[in-house]
Amino acid sequence: MSGKQFVHPYIPNSEPAVKQQMLDAIGMTSVEDIYQGIPEHLRFKGEMQLPDPIISEYSCQRHVEGLLNQNRNAKNNICFLGGGTWNHYVPSVVETIMERDEFLTCYVGDAYTDHGKFQALFESSSMLGDLTGFEACNTPTYDWANAIAIACRMTARANQRTEILVAGNMSPDRLMVVRNYCKPEITVTKIGYDKNTGLMDLDDLKAKLSDKTSAVYFENPVYTGSLESQAAAICAAAKSAGAYSIVGVDPTSLGILEAPAAYGADYAVGEIQPLGLHMSYGGGIGGFICTKDDKEFVGEFPSLLFGLCETQQEGEYGFGEVFYERTSYASREKGKDFIGTTTALHGIAAAVYMALMGPQGFKELGEGILKRVAYTKKKLSEIPGIKIPVSGCSYCDFLVDFTETGKTVAEINKALLDYNVLGGKYMGGEFPEYGQSALYSVTEVHTVEDLDTLIGALKKICA
Amino acid sequence: MAKVKVRNNFQQARWNEPVIYELSTPGLRGIIPPLVEDAIEAGISEDACALPDGLKRKSSLDLPEVAQKQVLEHFLHLSQETMGANLANDMSEGTCTMKYNPRLCETLVANPGFADIHPDQDVDTVQGILKVYYDFEHVVKEVSGLDKFSLQPGGGNHAVYTAASVIRAYHESRGEAEQRDEIITTIFSHPCDSACPATAGYKVITIWPDEHGMPDYEAIKAAANEHTAAIFMTNPEDIGIYNIHADKIVETIHAVGGLCFYDQANANAFLGIARAKEAGFDMCHFNVHKTFGTPHGGEGPACGAFGVRESLAKFLPVPTVEFDGNHYYLDYDKPESIGRVREYIGQSAVVLKAYAWSMMMGAEGLKECAEISVLNNNYMLNLMEKIPGVAHAFQGNGIIRQEQIRYSFQPLREKYDIGSDDMNCRMGDYGIPWFWSSHHPWVIPEPMTIEPCESYTKENIEEYCKVVETVAKEAAETPELLKNAPYNTAMHRRIKEEELDDPEKWALTWRAYKRKHSL
Repeated sequence: MSGKQFVHPYIPNSEPAVKQQMLDAIGMTSVEDIYQGIPEHLRFKGEMQLPDPIISEYSCQRHVEGLLNQNRNAKNNICFLGGGTWNHYVPSVVETIMERDEFLTCYVGDAYTDHGKFQALFESSSMLGDLTGFEACNTPTYDWANAIAIACRMTARANQRTEILVAGNMSPDRLMVVRNYCKPEITVTKIGYDKNTGLMDLDDLKAKLSDKTSAVYFENPVYTGSLESQAAAICAAAKSAGAYSIVGVDPTSLGILEAPAAYGADYAVGEIQPLGLHMSYGGGIGGFICTKDDKEFVGEFPSLLFGLCETQQEGEYGFGEVFYERTSYASREKGKDFIGTTTALHGIAAAVYMALMGPQGFKELGEGILKRVAYTKKKLSEIPGIKIPVSGCSYCDFLVDFTETGKTVAEINKALLDYNVLGGKYMGGEFPEYGQSALYSVTEVHTVEDLDTLIGALKKICA
Repeated sequence: MAKVKVRNNFQQARWNEPVIYELSTPGLRGIIPPLVEDAIEAGISEDACALPDGLKRKSSLDLPEVAQKQVLEHFLHLSQETMGANLANDMSEGTCTMKYNPRLCETLVANPGFADIHPDQDVDTVQGILKVYYDFEHVVKEVSGLDKFSLQPGGGNHAVYTAASVIRAYHESRGEAEQRDEIITTIFSHPCDSACPATAGYKVITIWPDEHGMPDYEAIKAAANEHTAAIFMTNPEDIGIYNIHADKIVETIHAVGGLCFYDQANANAFLGIARAKEAGFDMCHFNVHKTFGTPHGGEGPACGAFGVRESLAKFLPVPTVEFDGNHYYLDYDKPESIGRVREYIGQSAVVLKAYAWSMMMGAEGLKECAEISVLNNNYMLNLMEKIPGVAHAFQGNGIIRQEQIRYSFQPLREKYDIGSDDMNCRMGDYGIPWFWSSHHPWVIPEPMTIEPCESYTKENIEEYCKVVETVAKEAAETPELLKNAPYNTAMHRRIKEEELDDPEKWALTWRAYKRKHSL
């Protein structure tokens, strides 16, 4: 930017006359007079080695679009990836609200001036509570994985126990987050599962439950693509050992699947992204934690909690922070874990999505996905060499085993690109017992033509 | 010069908006999911979709049933009852660096080449976004002088938690994890600098300020010993005073075998001016959503860029983004890594926006952000000092303030029983967003922390000061006016606030509210 001739549109007071006027007002000759407060030896004497600035917005847009054009995307390819971020339809109404500068650029103001944000997040929590069957829900955390991890520590504080049992086929990435977050005082132990059904080994669960067990965590739908039909039995087993049960859910499935509270769970956690957020290379995620409206549970949340209250104006819905003293903002290291900036805007987007969908929308979404998945699984299983290794009904995600085709998942995915198909995620590394398997995901965005394109392509590739 | 406008007749939107459930009429809906084609129906058997016993939803699903226009209308109303930085004079939120967030960046993240890519796509199909990650990492390396960054943490606090995890892994690798169980931090550092290490299992020692407002160096020396795992400190701390002992503190902690983490949430004034490296820190983090021009999203999405010296890089979360000369890839080969703190490689939308912003700034533009932000702050201080009833932290200590200042309305409290919250409520009536007082404890009484970063004009600063002056005058003349404020914002003064702490009364959801109020 040498020989700069302009005032940057984002830095108005760099205009020379204005800057001079301000310096004059404070009796200084240059900004260096201010920086004299920093000892000389702590000053950076060099120059940051950065590319020359792209001065105009248009040029920057062209530059970034050029980079983004190098990515394959799910609009001009058919994407079958899921497992934690899913390719769902994002309604335009959700995009409109997410783009509002009021929500987009606000931050930590109180409800007096950010009343709308408080109400939107209260409604988001309310609707997540309806889906999961609970009366308490936090403002969003970073993602599903952190939601599990936070819930685990909440249970450990509540019952003063030190071990978490988790379904052995939960998402390994989420498990990595949980393991780190539970250190150092809480151990995390895996429970066995049946390879062919994906269901938890209840005998192993019962053998591992003890008076050290703080909570049992399982996912439903199961990460490897089945539905945990023993959910009620798992929750009951945990309860009989004095432990809590935590269920990880895909919230979009709860129009057709039973609410976790109804089958005895103490917590439901999960991912916000499928509720109206674009995939955005992992930028759409956010986590929620629903539980019982009881101090034993609510009192352990580290998160901000927004509640309804009264104001001087009779009949007005006021909002405020519930039980703020819990938080690290109020009580530093004596608060519950820590809080900070997480994914509030995604919680608002989810509120808009849930309000649009309503009970009918979620029911139809779920039923449609079940059918599309069943169709795809059936057609794929008819291709020689391809197997569906986990039996039963699947919601969105399911495993496809290519081992007997003699081809690797990597080879197949590379070949699928010629058909503009983004194939499933390789799972053999995380679950070697499934060999050359991939996790595929089918949602409401897939038309029968999309599904037939995949099926036809795999027939040719695996022939 | 532009006109200085005080919004005497301001009125924020106040829609008296019902809760969405109250807009519900059975049978309505806002959207229809795609229908299942006949070919799919015909291709499957009836029992292919039969849900297992006990899993089919039997409990009622009481979501609101609302048509599309009314859903849109409702949330547009709620948005209008919110004051974002892009539409208000939001130097209010000190420590938060409420910059202008360019609209261009929203256009960029809406591009299908970003919005519609899945994080598990093969790296060959996402070379563009990986280059964005790699090149933005280069920016934060240059700004800090440190060697390696992870962009995985989902916010500033999350990056601080990541630091605590890395410190634990470092001491474990040396067999000193049990011995080193203490973290030192300072009271004017953000609460996460004590809460995150505590979550990671550490005892926390908090250092209070000396008479100049800097962390008491002698107290730090006294606290440092063989149990010290690390120090977590902000500089400048949240009161805006640059700690001239930063390098001495680092030396002291290093001398006892501890690590030094630099919380750079307040980095905006020091881009190209002073760095973590020159002060000797082992680690630092940036709040990308503050310093690098991306929106705060009403508390996220966000990104905490966490950086380390080379010797600590092996402990960073997996994966990191690498480049082999012609190809970007994800490196999971870190056996000593702490694992993960979040799914995927980071809050990609924030990273993409920050990348675009940084590319528009360049080295000189970043430095200009810093210089104008400290100029703005000192210009503002000069005006604020003249307002009766307004003091500031460690006033008169002779130290030039940097990017922000913690003011205090204690004189108003003493004279008129008017405090920070009263001022805040009334300033809202003039269109000023809720200001950031201070984290707890309020060491500085009746605080107000203001950060007039580079996005604000001279007139914005003057308007802000004029409003403070007007309301402080009202406090002296008609204190009751402030006690019952606000009048013109989206919500009136709360009553029965104690109910928010009462399990029998609080309501986090509509369902709980209805039950507790017998609706």
